[in-house]
Amino acid sequence: MTNLRDNVGPFFGQYGGRFMPESLIAAIDELAAAYEETKTDPAFQAELAELHRSYTGRPSIITEVPRFAKHAGGARIILKREDLNHTGSHKINNVLGQALLTRKIGKTRVIAETGAGQHGVATATAAALFGMECTIFMGEVDTQRQALNVARMRLLGAEVVSVTTGSRTLKDAINEAYREWVTSVETTNYIFGTAAGPHPFPAMVRDFQKIIGEEARQQVLDLTGRLPDAVAACVGGGSNAIGIFHAFLDDPSVRLYGYEAAGDGIDTDRHAASIERGRPGILHGARSYLLQDDDGQTIESHSISAGLDYPGVGPEHAWLNDIGRATYLPATDTEAMEALRLLSRTEGIIPAIESAHALAGALKLGKELGPDSIILVNLSGRGDKDVATAGAWFDLFDEGARQE
Amino acid sequence: MTVRVDGASATIAARRDAGSGALVGYLPVGFPDLATSIDAAVALVENGVDILELGLPYSDPVMDGIVIQQATQTALAAGFRVRDVFSAVEGIRSRVDAPVLVMTYWNPVLQYGVDRFADDLRSAGGSGLITPDITPDSAADWIATSDRTGLDRVFLAAPSSTDARLADTVAASRGFVYAVSTMGITGTRQDVDAAARGLVGRLKAAGAENACVGIGISTADHVREVLEYADGAIVGTAIVKSLADGGVTALARFAAELSDGLH
Ligand SMILES: Cc1ncc(COP(=O)(O)O)c(C=O)c1O
Repeated sequence: MTNLRDNVGPFFGQYGGRFMPESLIAAIDELAAAYEETKTDPAFQAELAELHRSYTGRPSIITEVPRFAKHAGGARIILKREDLNHTGSHKINNVLGQALLTRKIGKTRVIAETGAGQHGVATATAAALFGMECTIFMGEVDTQRQALNVARMRLLGAEVVSVTTGSRTLKDAINEAYREWVTSVETTNYIFGTAAGPHPFPAMVRDFQKIIGEEARQQVLDLTGRLPDAVAACVGGGSNAIGIFHAFLDDPSVRLYGYEAAGDGIDTDRHAASIERGRPGILHGARSYLLQDDDGQTIESHSISAGLDYPGVGPEHAWLNDIGRATYLPATDTEAMEALRLLSRTEGIIPAIESAHALAGALKLGKELGPDSIILVNLSGRGDKDVATAGAWFDLFDEGARQE
Repeated sequence: MTVRVDGASATIAARRDAGSGALVGYLPVGFPDLATSIDAAVALVENGVDILELGLPYSDPVMDGIVIQQATQTALAAGFRVRDVFSAVEGIRSRVDAPVLVMTYWNPVLQYGVDRFADDLRSAGGSGLITPDITPDSAADWIATSDRTGLDRVFLAAPSSTDARLADTVAASRGFVYAVSTMGITGTRQDVDAAARGLVGRLKAAGAENACVGIGISTADHVREVLEYADGAIVGTAIVKSLADGGVTALARFAAELSDGLH
């Protein structure tokens, strides 16, 4: 038996690969080669570890949430607190790795796409820290629903480009970032924000995020004396999910659950459940599950959560789904928002709407697995950026004081 | 049995023998509607364009600038279906005799079925595919299918491509190699990048029979300049813009201007 953990790409089963315009191949190959070198470069690893410790605040803690768990059939629920990282989500783990890589290949400018704005904020932060120029591409729809993060990025010195083509969300921000990258590839590195896209991104982003699961596995062992029965995470492109799953891939007793955004419901046409409702195709450089029509035109996804509003998913998840190692289930906007409010009121922790999809999943899972079960949930981000959305959803603003 | 359709190389060779080079014109299918896009393609050939490059509208065109994006989005919004490309090719080929290549992002072909797409294209009288978002090392299925059907397969080469990759691209391409003039996406530019000349030289050194230059070529002067060193000049955005701004009449006039003195 080979270990599931050992898969380094470019293919995960029939998924993954590198389907890209020739104009970008040289840059992608350069990045892949530099990344390979860093794997065995102790100086690189030490510098990244030090940034994790003294800049991000790793290891992130785990928090058991018994008052929340009362609503989950009494299962024990433990949160991995990526929300406590500097910049407020797991995205920083990946960005610091890729920023170090950018410096290593001698490039002075970084670009990135962003949906919720968390990856954009993390990239703008790293660019400030490393003294690099930074341009962030964000769909116009997302600049509106995550306006606070637009301001944060600008405060950090980044240029934010509002993308007005296509569906004006994350997928179009990626398209525009690719277009910009082709034009400026000599000086510019593309810091991709999730475990999707062409090789080496799915494997590289996973490797930079797998610290989440490695820490959490030991922390849960220390707290409970055993491995969890299940691990739950939300799935947009899939970076926080693969980050927490990876350490457990070869622990057969641990079930892995990814929650895709079901928007208004997977039986409506407004959702982002690519594994549940898509079929294999190529988008943004890799073969994976994809929301597409009969002609292979990408279908616009819908989710209240900008970070999950993406019609594709990383290839490693497509593979883990097909081989039955992980299970992917839908969580609707309403279920996520209810879970967000419940965690806020029972535990004093306001999660990101993205992460609330995993919490909604855990509430159901607990009832299935029973009172003695242990569920580890990746709390991928904090909800500060989502207060305007939640305020509107729950009607929390005073008359006349309502803000955009 | 399908009729034998000539690939682009015969046309390019004839133009080269005539002491010139081929003018390749790009248009998206279905813009502003299917019938007009067929009329427009016919008008290009009637006004001196030697080879047609028909763009297949796609939701995520990462190599295209804003003019072509807007045209293909218009086509999609008007209900363009992938199968329309075959009726367009057939309609064009019944009216003019010029090789028609389809420029397409890869997922629509994959979903239609690579073999089925190739067979239907060949039956319609199409000559082959230009594939901007895949490279030979990721195109085993298409290489096998184009070998079976004899269709042209035009891969792209970029100024940033290594010599080893250029050699692979030349070996894998049939019809011509699409030399990307500049590090960028489709759109009009003031000048054709000097990188284009260098790239064509490298492609020739790697054994390319035909290298056509595209991206940024938007005036008759650009075409003439490029044909001094390349086998073909590909004009896209400027043609689409003329159609968008002034309809088929304006497009015909613009094509005549581009081809003036070439034949
Ligand atoms: C807090 C948070 N969680 C999850 C995601 C989804 O991305 P991924 O699936 O790559 O973890 C995002 C994306 O913006 C996010 O901000």
